[in-house]
Amino acid sequence: MAALRQIAFYGKGGIGKSTTSQNTLAALVEMGQKILIVGCDPKADSTRLILNAKAQDTVLHLAAEHGSVEDLELEDVLKVGYKGIKCVESGGPEPGVGCAGRGVITSINFLEENGAYEDVDYVSYDVLGDVVCGGFAMPIRENKAQEIYIVMSGEMMALYAANNISRGILKYANTGGVRLGGLICNSRQTDRELDLAEALAKRINTKLIHFVPRDNIVQHAELRKMTVIQYAPDSAQADEYRQLANKIHENGGKGTIPTPISMEELEDMLLAYGIMKTDEQMIAELAAKEAARQSAVPA
Amino acid sequence: MSDSYQNDGKAHEQYITEVLAQYPDKFAKRRKKHLSVAKAVEAAPDAPVGEEGPLLTECEVKSNIKSIPGVMTIRGCAYAGSKGVVWGPVKDMVHISHGPVGCGQYSWSQRRNYYVGTTGIDAFGTMQVTSDFQEKDIVFGGDKKLDKVIDEIETMFPLSGGISVQSECPIGLIGDDIEAVSRRKGKEIGKTIVPVRCEGFRGVSQSLGHHIANDAIRDWVLDKSAEAEWEAGPYDVNIVGDYNIGGDAWASRRLLEEMGLRICGNWSGDATLAEMERAPKAKLNLIHCYRSMNYICRHMEEKYGIPWMEYNFFGPSQIAASLRKIARHFGPEIEQKAEEVIARYKPLVDGIIEKYGPRLKGKKVMLYVGGLRPRHVMTAYEDLGMEIAGTGYEFAHNDDYQRTGHYAKPGTLIYDDVTGYELEKFVEKIRPDLVGSGIKEKYPVQKMGIPFRQMHSWDYSGPYHGYDGFAIFARDMDLAINNPVWDLFDAPWTDGGELLAAAE
Repeated sequence: MAALRQIAFYGKGGIGKSTTSQNTLAALVEMGQKILIVGCDPKADSTRLILNAKAQDTVLHLAAEHGSVEDLELEDVLKVGYKGIKCVESGGPEPGVGCAGRGVITSINFLEENGAYEDVDYVSYDVLGDVVCGGFAMPIRENKAQEIYIVMSGEMMALYAANNISRGILKYANTGGVRLGGLICNSRQTDRELDLAEALAKRINTKLIHFVPRDNIVQHAELRKMTVIQYAPDSAQADEYRQLANKIHENGGKGTIPTPISMEELEDMLLAYGIMKTDEQMIAELAAKEAARQSAVPA
Repeated sequence: MSDSYQNDGKAHEQYITEVLAQYPDKFAKRRKKHLSVAKAVEAAPDAPVGEEGPLLTECEVKSNIKSIPGVMTIRGCAYAGSKGVVWGPVKDMVHISHGPVGCGQYSWSQRRNYYVGTTGIDAFGTMQVTSDFQEKDIVFGGDKKLDKVIDEIETMFPLSGGISVQSECPIGLIGDDIEAVSRRKGKEIGKTIVPVRCEGFRGVSQSLGHHIANDAIRDWVLDKSAEAEWEAGPYDVNIVGDYNIGGDAWASRRLLEEMGLRICGNWSGDATLAEMERAPKAKLNLIHCYRSMNYICRHMEEKYGIPWMEYNFFGPSQIAASLRKIARHFGPEIEQKAEEVIARYKPLVDGIIEKYGPRLKGKKVMLYVGGLRPRHVMTAYEDLGMEIAGTGYEFAHNDDYQRTGHYAKPGTLIYDDVTGYELEKFVEKIRPDLVGSGIKEKYPVQKMGIPFRQMHSWDYSGPYHGYDGFAIFARDMDLAINNPVWDLFDAPWTDGGELLAAAE
């Protein structure tokens, strides 16, 4: 058996991390890989497409019910979904109380100590929006994920987030072995999206692993709590995810140490691609608009 | 008495230089600002010692900044300042150490704040109550648990006067809303519940904890003063900043009562919540530990127009000066009574000095404590003919060092937030006859062959305040210094005497 591969999906909130990761993992399992998904988001929605069920019982909620994590058994929290994919949700507090970051640390430690990582080829962490504190950096610390895949799109904020996350990776790249696996562009059909994604990948010393086109079928599958792989295995979109899975599988050990860029550099890049306008352009546009409005007003 | 002695300022300056020479440059530069030798200032030769008199010396050093990691510092944390010092002694309240179990457990009953009452029924000072945080309380927030703890306290201790919530570090880290819980549960059980944001990581020492605790009194206790049942009288005073360690506050209050004053509230040694609530009805605040409670005195002055004054009840010369100062505030009748009190205790004082003076005269003392003691106890030693060679504070601010100038003789070695290394070296070089500090310093100093008294806890003795306290103080210092054990310090086989001969 090949060595255990640990990967993690990060990205801006709402970018489609969970959807992309579950579809990709469903494709990986088709390739005969044994997979464990660790959901590290208090919302606990990282496994619903695999389990075809709404949020499963989380490690932390069960631990709270039983008293502490020491009172839990692995079977209590480990559910098996599509084609044998093992699923665990870390869970966490309701918004506004407690410490979700500590929750991630607690549940990952629990999983490791109780042998959840035995007899699998892949462990995949699905982490919430941004690396807000040490707890959410847990999966990229020593002996955890070796490769991080950043899900992004051509939207400005998604690019910002991708750059920020690579900063977090850089921090731990020197102390541990974590590397940036690549960017996954989950298309939003914005202007020059592919160019931008490729440019950013180049600037931060990584590559665009795959450009996932937008397709409504993802939405249809999601409504039925399924991955596209399961819902429409013969669709073009399913093939996109299969390609992505294959690329990730081939990408083992090929991660890089990212070179995040400054905010100014990022903004310059957006200007260069015409996504963001310079002040002069904006003033000119405003003036043109104003002139048009005035000429439209009857004298 | 003690009037004139001088310390060897030159030698002390030399010691500072020698100690600093052992440090890396950067560190030496920082520590240098915390070490000094008291410099004489122009004062009449017979000027009275103490805050009443003029400045005798200039003792200012840099203070109240972060200790350097890696040194041994004696300092505590904000939680220690609030729970351990200000709130803990309020006897009829249950103080929850809110967070993991250790903070409450290891600070349990450390300050010997005596109280009357039945423990577990109407007094809770020596009990340790904690919400004992577990992992799930951190992850999901501790609000629900706090709610439950308050219910349990109310069931188990229905006669408690109220509850305080003493925050440990995690409360601030996870952002629990203890104020909301306190407000809601307070209404529910009909008692005062005081949330205190004294997380240990705040500030550089316990000092910020005192301040936070004072602010909590202001915001959660004094607002109830209007409803307090207390018929105000013309001679009502509050004792503020006396924590009744070994019974100090009792020895103090007795003198004030004998001179015709009435104690409205004693903060916070042997205190009840009711005493704190009614404090704004007093005519004068008498503040003993300036460092830990000046904040609330200033607030009461601003809001209720109550003046405050500092006093010192260590040793007869300061007691007399303080009694006269306090009496002056109340007019001739009380002044007359104060003189009577001083006269009444004169034989006792004379007896003590007659008995212990010859045994203690000229003995050199080094102090390193907190709060007010590094300056206030100086004169008690001097009343016995002893001399203060060095003194320093754990967590003082600049105003404490200014006040020290009213006490310290020229040449006194001054050390702020002294490191373990520095204190050990200073003691080694000065070789005083007595060191007064805490439990961590006690055994190293005794192993150097130098007598020691713990001056935080009075070494399980006390009281040391008031005339009663002076008798005990003098006896204790004599016990330490003149203990025959110090004559046996050298091993008998090292002097080449009989034993050595016998062994061979």
